[in-house]
Amino acid sequence: MAIEFKPSPSLPPPVKSVGAVAWLRQNLLSSPLNVFLTFFSVYILYLLIPPMIEWGLVNATWSGSSKAACTAGGACWAFIGARFEQFMYGLYPPEETWRINIAAILLIVMIGAFAIKTVNKLYLSISIIVVYPIIAYILFAGGSFGLEAVDTSLWGGLFLTMLLGIIGIVASFPLGVLLALGRRSNMPVAKSVCVVFIETIRAVPLITILFMASVMIPLFLPDGLNFNKLLRVLIGITLFSAAYMAEVIRGGLQAIPKGQYEAADAMGLTYWQSMILVILPQALKLVIPGIVNTFIGLFKDSTLVYIVGMFDLLGIIQLANHDANWLGTTIEGYAFAGFIYWAICFGMSRYSMTIERKLETGHKRN
Amino acid sequence: MTDKSNSYNKSLLNDAGTRSLVFQIVLLAIVVFVGYYLFSNLQANLANRGISTGFSFLNEPAGFPVLIHLIEYTESNSYGRAFLVALINTFVISFLGIALATVIGVIMGLARLSNNWLVARLATVYIETLRNLPLLLQMFFWYFAVLAALPAPKNSFIFADFFLNKRGIYSPNPIAQDGFGIVVTGFFLSIAAAIALIVWAKKRQTRTGMTFPAYWASLGLIIVVTFLALAVSGFPIEFDLPQKSRFNVTGGMVLPPEFVAVLVALSTYTGAFIAEIVRAGILSVNWGQTEAARSLGLKDSLTQRLIVLPQALRVIIPPLTSQYLNLAKNSSLGAAIAYPELVAVVMGTTLNQTGQAIETIGLCMLVYGTLSLSISMFMNWYNKKMSLMER
Repeated sequence: MAIEFKPSPSLPPPVKSVGAVAWLRQNLLSSPLNVFLTFFSVYILYLLIPPMIEWGLVNATWSGSSKAACTAGGACWAFIGARFEQFMYGLYPPEETWRINIAAILLIVMIGAFAIKTVNKLYLSISIIVVYPIIAYILFAGGSFGLEAVDTSLWGGLFLTMLLGIIGIVASFPLGVLLALGRRSNMPVAKSVCVVFIETIRAVPLITILFMASVMIPLFLPDGLNFNKLLRVLIGITLFSAAYMAEVIRGGLQAIPKGQYEAADAMGLTYWQSMILVILPQALKLVIPGIVNTFIGLFKDSTLVYIVGMFDLLGIIQLANHDANWLGTTIEGYAFAGFIYWAICFGMSRYSMTIERKLETGHKRN
Repeated sequence: MTDKSNSYNKSLLNDAGTRSLVFQIVLLAIVVFVGYYLFSNLQANLANRGISTGFSFLNEPAGFPVLIHLIEYTESNSYGRAFLVALINTFVISFLGIALATVIGVIMGLARLSNNWLVARLATVYIETLRNLPLLLQMFFWYFAVLAALPAPKNSFIFADFFLNKRGIYSPNPIAQDGFGIVVTGFFLSIAAAIALIVWAKKRQTRTGMTFPAYWASLGLIIVVTFLALAVSGFPIEFDLPQKSRFNVTGGMVLPPEFVAVLVALSTYTGAFIAEIVRAGILSVNWGQTEAARSLGLKDSLTQRLIVLPQALRVIIPPLTSQYLNLAKNSSLGAAIAYPELVAVVMGTTLNQTGQAIETIGLCMLVYGTLSLSISMFMNWYNKKMSLMER
């Protein structure tokens, strides 16, 4: 009779090497220094988190019409509630703000339509880039179709921030591509014009460019011809971030092997065909993180318009802080602005990671 | 066939050389024309408004106070002097900011790579929060929310001879007395000796292989010699201590809140970017390098100092340069909270008072351009020096 081999069941791994205990030992308490660092971090968290929760949630006041209503000793979120309209639309006449809402909803719907398979993507893109701005401008500025005219000096709040951010991003990208191509071109005149432009802009802070836009441009134009301050500032921001964009894209262009340029030439493609069909799609894909970082930079830098006297989200909060009814609510205002800026910038950086993964075609040599 | 190709070659329209020549001539013409058009408009406008061009305004009395001045300055000094004061303020804040941001960045970058889960998470939260908030918002936060919430002078926080209140940080101000020259001489002599010691130690190590703790020894040397010089000359330093009167604190050295807010905001913001650069640099060094160093028997500290760091620095330096440049340029945001740096004094007050838009803005751009160029030249030199280690 054959003896059946029966291995005794394996012992469970030692308690120290599995589960929460092992995790703690490995990640928090692996060496004396780590033990110290862990306790130090816990202490810092203890110092920061409970008072913040107490201030921001437990003792907070959520509604009221002036600072006097905030008696609990915590955050005075009532301030945000009372000023919410202004933070969103700036000094835009309250009875006209529906125009901004409609434009925003329209934009979201148009962008959302990309997800529908039966829609022609080309027509949709054209209508977003060409038709939408016209509709939006008519809605925002008014003065036609029976809409009341609203001066651009009244535009403000998150509306102005988004306006500066979106137009800046949409306009600076193609300009940056052109500048980058110009800098890599073998025509000496085109190249030097681009190099001088890019390097001059990159050498100076944005604030000098904004001052130039608001103070110097009128001096360079003939008498009588003068355009809107918002437009001048927009041009300044766009040129500024186009120069940075150009450098990012140049990095991508340089990373494309020479064989690709030569192959495109050998196919008989013209310069623009080879750039648009062969080189740029590859180059831009390589530098998506850099491009999105430039976008984020532009969005954050749009706060600087406050210095030249425009009231974007940060500017309008700065203005509201001086309201005699709401003295001492600075932190609440900054926390609100900070949350919005952070959410948008962080969202953009995460979205860029998604696009990067989606466009990854696996040509990487591993 | 030959005819056809000849005629094809002769067609100027399709000749790449001609086309590029024509395009460039057109481009040049446009640039020259636009430049000329703007310049002539400028001249007409200046004549219309009665603004005289030139830098003669720099010699006129400024008539405005500058809050922070490291060199002698009063309201009766000239615009040129005010410009100089502002220039020094910009340099000081940029230099201190760069130093502080580097320290913060290295610590946070290493912390994010730490094998301690909690430390790595905290560093991640710090980096992701500060990187995604506008710098101007952070500056406002420090200035209007944190520093403005400090108590009034009569309720200052007091630590020994240091006072902290709304008007800034007050600390004892060292004032050199007679005989301080001896201390300075001793200090510089000890530095020279320390350099000689390090050179000697390096030579001996290459010759014999024997090591000598030159860095610790030279640090000790500098401290001992300087202290001896102090003792010999009878401690020729007196401190101007800040005094608390009924409603104010007087005397001592003051760090105004504007300065503190700009410095803290600039260095923590740029520090978050530098942390990511440091992290990327260290991750770029192949793990095999560390393993190889360990198998050679190097200690962990030597592995980091001799193997990982020199290779990581090559990846770190170029982006670090642009962060330093960004910090120097971002110091101009101090204008928004009245830190009297270049933009606030020259493009703000001077421009308002004199109306010399072209000159003041040009002057600022020139300064920033020079600053940018010199930092990038220095970093390029350093980069070249580091990359020589490549085989």
